[in-house]
Amino acid sequence: MSRLLFIIFTVLCMNHLKAAIEVYQFDFSEQEERFHQLSDQLRCPMCLNSNLSGSDAPIAADLRAEIYEQIIDGRTNDEIIDFMTQRYGDFINYRPPLNQGTVLLWFGPLVLLLVGLLIVWRMAISNQAVDQARSLTAEEQKKLEKILTGKK
Amino acid sequence: MNQRMKLFIPGVFFILMLGLLLFGLGRNPNQVPSALVDRPLPQFNLPDLNQDMGSMSSSDLQGSISIINFWATWCPPCHIEHPYLVEISERESDVRFIGVNYKDDLAEARLFLKEKGSPFEQVIIDLDGSLGIDFGVAGAPETFIVDSFGTIRYRHVGIINHQIWADTFEPIIARLK
Repeated sequence: MSRLLFIIFTVLCMNHLKAAIEVYQFDFSEQEERFHQLSDQLRCPMCLNSNLSGSDAPIAADLRAEIYEQIIDGRTNDEIIDFMTQRYGDFINYRPPLNQGTVLLWFGPLVLLLVGLLIVWRMAISNQAVDQARSLTAEEQKKLEKILTGKK
Repeated sequence: MNQRMKLFIPGVFFILMLGLLLFGLGRNPNQVPSALVDRPLPQFNLPDLNQDMGSMSSSDLQGSISIINFWATWCPPCHIEHPYLVEISERESDVRFIGVNYKDDLAEARLFLKEKGSPFEQVIIDLDGSLGIDFGVAGAPETFIVDSFGTIRYRHVGIINHQIWADTFEPIIARLK
């Protein structure tokens, strides 16, 4: 059983290794890090739900090669992301920039959270007010005690 | 506000969100907006597939409306699209049809056009796909409408047939004329 599991696990791992098989030579490990960072952050324009490093699509391979060449040419990350965005739009960036079109995406959840907190806070306040309004006057209190102790 | 009316707020909010999500679902997720629409053509100067024709540069495309079609013989949808393009290009005499042979085997591409006829006035060669990257192409076939000033007006992903031509391309071309 454990042997079978081992085989299945190995096969699954191999499947994962299928993507991104090109070998790129970098002069500095810093360049290699940037290469991986960029190909993780940029989206494959063909397969939509995968980044460049995880995609088998030919265009993803071309764009990885483009990133490699630009890194070797000494371009900065921002320049490379600019290059890609000019051609493929904000869509290609898994970390969309903050602009008019994406402001809802960035701050929408925060606004919803604040609205939710505000509602909860106001409900708590009004419940408290209701509780206070319901507290008995001294006369009512006496009456209540009488009833509870059973005296008339 | 009336206390009773406040009870409707969550419901209204829910319906708004539902509407937004339904709207999102109705959109085709493969239809990615092109970053190049309303921007000038990328600069290029590339050799023609027909060796006698020399080369073509982006400035050659000014002066008339052009259709730029990225195709390759390795791409099955391009084979489906080809006969439609041949027919459409015969009909539309005042639009220039320019082919970009995208990362293809050149001998096969020449044979393909010889056997099946060419819809293109000129075919340029993008051997390594770098013109494709400049156009924001994700794969073949993709087709662009370029106006007479050399500005990209529309990007179409996937094949073109008579229906798509009539519904999408014709209105845009009519507007540009």
